[in-house]
Amino acid sequence: MSTKASRSAARLMISPAVILLLMWMIVPLVMTVYFSFLRYNLLSPGATPWAGWDNYYWFFTDPSFKDAIWNTLALVGGILLITVIGGIGFALLLDKPMFGTGVIRIMVIAPFFVMPTVSALVWKNMFFNPVNGIFGNIATSLGFQPIDFFAEIPLLSIIFIVSWMWLPFATLILLTALQSLDQEQLEAAEMDGANWGNRFWFIMLPHLARAITVVILIQTIFLLSVFAEILVTTNGGPGTATTNLTYLIYVSSLLQFDVGMGSAGGVIAIILANIVAIFLMRMIGKNLDA
Amino acid sequence: MGRITLEKVTKSFGDVEVIPPLDLEIEDGEFVVFVGPSGCGKSTLLRLIAGLEDVTSGQINIDGQDATDLPPAKRSLAMVFQSYALYPHMSVRKNIAFPMRMAGVPDDEQKRRIEAAAKALNLTDYLDRRPGQLSGGQRQRVAIGRAIVREPAAFLFDEPLSNLDAALRVGMRLEISELHKRLETTMVYVTHDQVEAMTMADKIVVLRAGNIEQVGSPLELYKAPRNLFVAGFIGSPTMNIFDGAEAAKFGAHTAGVRPEHIEVVSPEEGYWTGTVGVAEHLGSDTFFHIHETGLAETITVRAPGDVAYNHGDKIGLNPRTDLVHKFDEQGLRVQ
Repeated sequence: MSTKASRSAARLMISPAVILLLMWMIVPLVMTVYFSFLRYNLLSPGATPWAGWDNYYWFFTDPSFKDAIWNTLALVGGILLITVIGGIGFALLLDKPMFGTGVIRIMVIAPFFVMPTVSALVWKNMFFNPVNGIFGNIATSLGFQPIDFFAEIPLLSIIFIVSWMWLPFATLILLTALQSLDQEQLEAAEMDGANWGNRFWFIMLPHLARAITVVILIQTIFLLSVFAEILVTTNGGPGTATTNLTYLIYVSSLLQFDVGMGSAGGVIAIILANIVAIFLMRMIGKNLDA
Repeated sequence: MGRITLEKVTKSFGDVEVIPPLDLEIEDGEFVVFVGPSGCGKSTLLRLIAGLEDVTSGQINIDGQDATDLPPAKRSLAMVFQSYALYPHMSVRKNIAFPMRMAGVPDDEQKRRIEAAAKALNLTDYLDRRPGQLSGGQRQRVAIGRAIVREPAAFLFDEPLSNLDAALRVGMRLEISELHKRLETTMVYVTHDQVEAMTMADKIVVLRAGNIEQVGSPLELYKAPRNLFVAGFIGSPTMNIFDGAEAAKFGAHTAGVRPEHIEVVSPEEGYWTGTVGVAEHLGSDTFFHIHETGLAETITVRAPGDVAYNHGDKIGLNPRTDLVHKFDEQGLRVQ
């Protein structure tokens, strides 16, 4: 299988794909880094002089930058918390045999297949709208003042919408993990005198550890770049209350037409994502070994 | 103490009755083996005793107390599973400690019992390993250790040796028997292997389709099988069973004779004659498969030592007529 000849042949054959993928990644990355050092504004076309670290300096000192970092972390952390805890809960429920399991499972998984813009619009208009929305209606009919979700608790509302979309993913992964648990282990624990709480804590949760790690890693990658939900609902507002790093980069490059500044933000986002990745791998990556 | 009685216990899964009304008494300190072919309900019966399944009707008493509706943990029984069911993320020490931890046994007492169990089961050097780093036999011993430390009224074993290789199985069989002699605790053991049943049991319960076919000591079952099923199931190689005119000569509808109760002689001296087929030489014994005897397709005969007969040879067979088992039309033993 792996003689010297077959190994070099394998390398040769795989190289076009690897080179293509590398170019696909390297070229935009290098261009972004290059742009981030230019004074490159689409409103003053023509000259793109070298700007040194100016773009980075202005991006860092922009008051909305601090807000954006905080919002990004709050968004990722909040959604992870809701989806992991909720996902375990749903997985435990769906693991029980019941009538109509197939239909219920499909319904639970459905939100994951709805496009972000669509689900955000549905939530914005049909649920969160204080006049026409269902929550507003319920509040009014009970005699309460309806909550204007996107004005009063904008970040929480976004967290809620995105959690709703990602909960099925977490549920699905955790459910399959739960179903791979050896039933005899649970029975043995039952014989050993463990009540449900103990069985969950000592048997099920350790068994789920690896699946939870996978859920956290994959979701973090996608949640660092939440964008459509914000664009469709709050446009980053009110003020900068729901502006995350992705949205701030969008504002810089496409609303203020400052490509240089946007690129600098992009490079910072890459670095931030890698820091988060390193921390995550340190903290929970050991679950993936053995 | 570990006296278990089952009174008119039944179990149905939906419309399918797996265990028809069944009575059984297991005395304190007894080693009882449930044996039967796959799907005969022996594991289900064990799980009913353990409390992992609910009985459909009937009553289970443990030490004279009604345990029918008690949860498994409250029955003071410990179970060893076929897959060992060790907790993979815990060390051996934590695995063994788990039932005591759940019961709230004080730490120093836990420690003492773990040391004692580890010493008895040769696990002292492995206490800090994970189950995944142990061999099959060691895992089995950890599972037994986890059961011992609870100091239960009775041990339940669900085919504990079926995942081990042949050599280990013989070793573990001895270890479990010795454990029983030492602890003198009731043990209920489920297996489909009649050799395990014969070698370990004080009392064998032969099951077929949820029915108890016979209860008795290994030798009772060997010497006086109550019906054809038990006759065919107990003993290795299996009893030669034949009917028709030859059986009628012994005054039975169906007759059976064990391979070790047939003597191999020259064709002229034989009560029956036949042609030698395959011969299995074990050194201590030789098993001949004899064809064309007019009794059954194949008759198995055990000859002590290595007797030299070749494939195709004509030989004579002399059954020990006093040891021929006789059965009537219903397959029940006649005396």
